[in-house]
Amino acid sequence: MRPLLLQGGRVIDPSRSLDQTMDVLIQDGKIAAVGTGLGSPDGADVRDVRGKVVAPGLLDVHVHLREPGNEDVETIASGTRAAAAGGFTAVCAMPNTDPVTDNQAAVGFIVRQAARAGLTRVYPIGAISVGQKGEQLSEFGEMVGAGAVAVSDDGKPVASSHMMRTALEYAQTFGIPVADHCEEPTLAAGGVMHEGLVATRLGLKGIPAAAEEIMVGRDILLAELTGGHVHLCHMSTRGSVELIRRAKERGVRVTAEVTPHHLTLTDLACEGYDTQAKMNPPLREAADVAALRAALKDGVIDCIASDHAPHAYDAKEAAFDDAPFGVAGLETAFGVAWTELVEGGVLTAAELIARMSTAPAAALRLPGGSLKPGAPADVVVLDVTARWTVDPVTFFSKSRNTPFAGRTLTGRAALTVVGGTVVHPGEGPSAA
Amino acid sequence: MTAVLGKDLVGLEYLSPDQIRLILDTAEPFKEVSERPIKKVPALRGKTIVNLFFEASTRTRISFEFAEKRLSADTVNVAASGSAVQKGETLVDTAKNLEAMRIDMVVIRHPSSGAAQFLGDRIRSNVVSAGDGKHEHPTQALLDLLTIRDTHGRIAGLKVCLVGDILHSRVARSNIWGLLKLGAEVGVCGPATLMPRGIEELGVCRFRRIEEAIEWADVLNVLRLQLERMERGFIPSLREYYRVFGVTQERLERAPRQLTIMHPGPMNRGVEIDSRVADGSHSVILAQVTNGVAVRMAALYLLAGGRPELADAAKGPAGGANE
Amino acid sequence: MSRPERTTILDARALSRALQRMAVEVLELAHGTEQLVLIGIQRRGVELAERIAKQIETNEGVVVPRGALDITLYRDDLQTVGPKPVIGETRIPGDLTGKHVVIVDDVLYTGRTVRAALDELADFGRPERISLCVLVDRGGRELPIQPDIVGKQVKVNSGERVDVLVEEIDGKDLVELVARGRS
Repeated sequence: MRPLLLQGGRVIDPSRSLDQTMDVLIQDGKIAAVGTGLGSPDGADVRDVRGKVVAPGLLDVHVHLREPGNEDVETIASGTRAAAAGGFTAVCAMPNTDPVTDNQAAVGFIVRQAARAGLTRVYPIGAISVGQKGEQLSEFGEMVGAGAVAVSDDGKPVASSHMMRTALEYAQTFGIPVADHCEEPTLAAGGVMHEGLVATRLGLKGIPAAAEEIMVGRDILLAELTGGHVHLCHMSTRGSVELIRRAKERGVRVTAEVTPHHLTLTDLACEGYDTQAKMNPPLREAADVAALRAALKDGVIDCIASDHAPHAYDAKEAAFDDAPFGVAGLETAFGVAWTELVEGGVLTAAELIARMSTAPAAALRLPGGSLKPGAPADVVVLDVTARWTVDPVTFFSKSRNTPFAGRTLTGRAALTVVGGTVVHPGEGPSAA
Repeated sequence: MTAVLGKDLVGLEYLSPDQIRLILDTAEPFKEVSERPIKKVPALRGKTIVNLFFEASTRTRISFEFAEKRLSADTVNVAASGSAVQKGETLVDTAKNLEAMRIDMVVIRHPSSGAAQFLGDRIRSNVVSAGDGKHEHPTQALLDLLTIRDTHGRIAGLKVCLVGDILHSRVARSNIWGLLKLGAEVGVCGPATLMPRGIEELGVCRFRRIEEAIEWADVLNVLRLQLERMERGFIPSLREYYRVFGVTQERLERAPRQLTIMHPGPMNRGVEIDSRVADGSHSVILAQVTNGVAVRMAALYLLAGGRPELADAAKGPAGGANE
Repeated sequence: MSRPERTTILDARALSRALQRMAVEVLELAHGTEQLVLIGIQRRGVELAERIAKQIETNEGVVVPRGALDITLYRDDLQTVGPKPVIGETRIPGDLTGKHVVIVDDVLYTGRTVRAALDELADFGRPERISLCVLVDRGGRELPIQPDIVGKQVKVNSGERVDVLVEEIDGKDLVELVARGRS
C-alpha cells in the first residue's frame, strides 16, 4: 500500500480540538503523522489539498442498505459507494432487510458483503426482536459476536414497553446501545405527514408530535430504570429535544441523532403532494427545526445521521398516501449540512465535523472519528467551496428519491480514504 | 377577454374569487337548459370524458354524467370494482393508459388526497376532481355556493356554519375556501375528535356546541357523518351524536332567525339531521342536487374551452357584432 | 396603432326608419301576426326584435310573442375562441310547433350564428317556417344561408367591422363601419 500524503489542508480533528493548516501522512492503513512540513516517503501518493478540509471520515449511524431482499433498490456495494461519495468512511446498516437481520448468520452476511465491496466500512445493527415482530428477543450475543454494534427494530417502533425494557437490560451484557424508532403506533397509525395546518389543508392524515415524544419519554424512563443505553433515532420535534435535554441533565444514558432533512425542511415541503417530502418521522414545523438545530449545536442531540432510505425509481411516483417514506440521503448529507448549518451560521466547521464523525463514533462506541496518529486511516477531504447542484441521476446510490433535487449546495467530499485506501473518487463518474 | 380556469379543477383553494364567480354565473344559463324539452346542447359534442371513480359514489357520478350528456359529450364510466385498479394498477399506469386513449377530460374520484392533482400533472387532458380523499370536493362546494346565492341573493357577509365531521370532510375544506373567497363568514362545529388541527388558522370560527352555531349562523351546511367513525372510536355512539350535535327542529326553533339548511347527501336521518328539518321549508337540499348538474355543466364547459393559448390565438378581429 | 376610422352606416333616424320598414316586411312575410314569433339572437338581436315587435304592436294593435336565443352552446368554434364567459338568457315563448319564427339579428356575416340558431331552435320544436331578418347584411357568407329581410346591405371587407349600437345597451342608436387602424 502506497503511503498517502495530504499536503496543506485545513485539518479539523474534533477528537483533539485541532483546527489548523497541516499535512496528514497515511501509512500502512493508519494515520502516521499529522503536522506541518511533513516529508513524503518514497513512492508516496502526494495530494495537494490546500483550501480543503481534512477531517476524520464521516460516520453515519443510520442507513438502510436494502440487502438482502431489495437489491434492485440498493445493495451493500451500491450503498457503500454512495456513502464513500458522500464522504462517509463507515455506516451502520439497519436490520429491516428481508429477511430481517436478526441472527448471527444475517449479520455475518452483511459483514462479508461489505468486505467484498471494499469501500466504506459497514457496522451491522441487529434486530431487537425476531423478525422485528416485537415478540421475542433476538440473540444479541451471537449477533454482536458476528459484528453487530447495536440493536434496533428501526422502521418500526418497539411498541411493547416490556420488550424495550428487556432489550435495554439484556443489551448491557454486551455493552451495546438499543436504538429506537420512536413512534407511538396507535397515534401514528395511517399518518403520512406532520399533523398541523398543512396536513389539514391538504387533507392528509397527520402524525402528531406527541407520537414521537411519548416514546422518547418512555425510552428515557426505561433507560433510567434499567441503566441501559438508549439511542434515539431521527429526532424530529422540539418536545423530544426538551425531554432529551432534561434526561441528559440527570445523567440518563441517552444519545440521539437527527437527519439533514429534519434540520432543514418543514412540512411545507409536502405542498403540492410532493412525495419526495414524505418521511417518517415527518418533516415538522419551523420551531422544531430551530430547536433541533440548537440541540445539535449544544450537544443535546449528539450527531447527524442520514437515515438513507432508498426506494425504487418509481415508488414515489404515486399518490401521497401510497408513496413510501424516506429519502436517499448519503450523497447529500454533508452538502446540505454544510450549506444550511455552517454557511447558515448555526455551527462552526469544527462542530459540524464533530457531529458527523467524532460524535457518532462516540455515541455508538465505534472506532473512527479521530486523526490521532496510530488510528485507522479513515479520512475525508472535503471541498467546502465546491458549489454543485443536486442531480439524482448522478447518484451512486441505485435510488433517486430526494427532496433536494435541483438544490445548489456548497461542500462535498473530494477524497474519501478508508483504512488508507482511496475509495472515492473511484471508478465511474467522479465528483472530485 | 377569455376568463379561464386553467387546465384542471382540483380544488377551490387554487381558484380566484373571480374564477369562482365565473363558474357560478356560467351555471345560471345551464339551469335553464335542464328545463328545456330537449335537455341537451351541443357544446361538448365530440368530446370524450372518462368518469374514473375509485370510490363508489352514485350521486356525484350521476350528476356528472347528466352534466356531460347534457353537453353532448361522449362519456365512459370506470368504476374501481373489477377494474385494473383493483388488480394493482398504479395511478401512474392508469394515467398513461388514459392519455394513450386520447381522451379529452377525466372526472376523478379517489380515496387519496391529491390524486386529482397527481393525475392532472401527468396527463394533457383536463382533470376535474369529483372528490379526492379528505382534500377537496370542488364541484360540491360550487353547487353549495350557487344554492346559497340563489336562496339569499348573495354570499358575502353571510354566516355559514359547517356542522359535523370536519376532519374527514373534503366537502368542508372546499366549502371553507369557496365561502371565504366570496366574502362569507365561516364557522365549523362538531366534536373535537372530528376537528382537524389548526382549522381556525384558515380563518374560520369554531363552535364547540351546536346551540352556539345555530345562534350565530344564517346557513347550516350539515355534513354526513360516516358511520364508520363510530367504529374507529371518534364518537361513542350515533345516539349520543344526535343528542349533542344533531340539527333538530327544537334547536332551530330557538334560533334568532330562520336558518337555511343544506346537506351534501346522502343524509343519515336521525343522526346528523332531524327528518323534520331535512324536509322542512327552509331545507334547500333538493335545490342543491338540481344545482349540482348546472354547476358541473358550467365547470366542464369552461374547462373544455379553456385552452388559453388557443383562445389568445383566435382572438383576432375583435368579434362584437361580426360573430 | 392609429385610431380606427369610423364611418356611419345608419344614424339613429335611419335605423328607426329601417326598423319600421322591416316591421312591415315581417308582417307581409308572415301573412299577419297569427302564427308570428320573433326570436332575437343575444345580445343586440334581442333588442332589435323587441323594437320590431313594438312597431308591429303600434301598426296592428297586436302583441307579438317574442323570445331570446343565446347560441353560445351551439357554436362550432369553442376550441378556437374559448368559452364565452357569460352566456345570455335563452327564453322561448311557448311551443314553436306550427309557428312562423322570424329570427332577428344585428349583422349577418358568415352565417355560422344563424346555423347555430337553427340547430338550437330545432331542439325547441318544429316551426312551420323559419325566416331570417337582419339589420345589416355585410356579405362574406361561409354557409348557404340568406336573409329574408334586410335593413341595409353593405359591402364590407374582411378587415373591417360593422358595429351596431342600440340605445338599450350602448346608450345610442348607431350603425358604423369600422376600418382597422394601420399599425
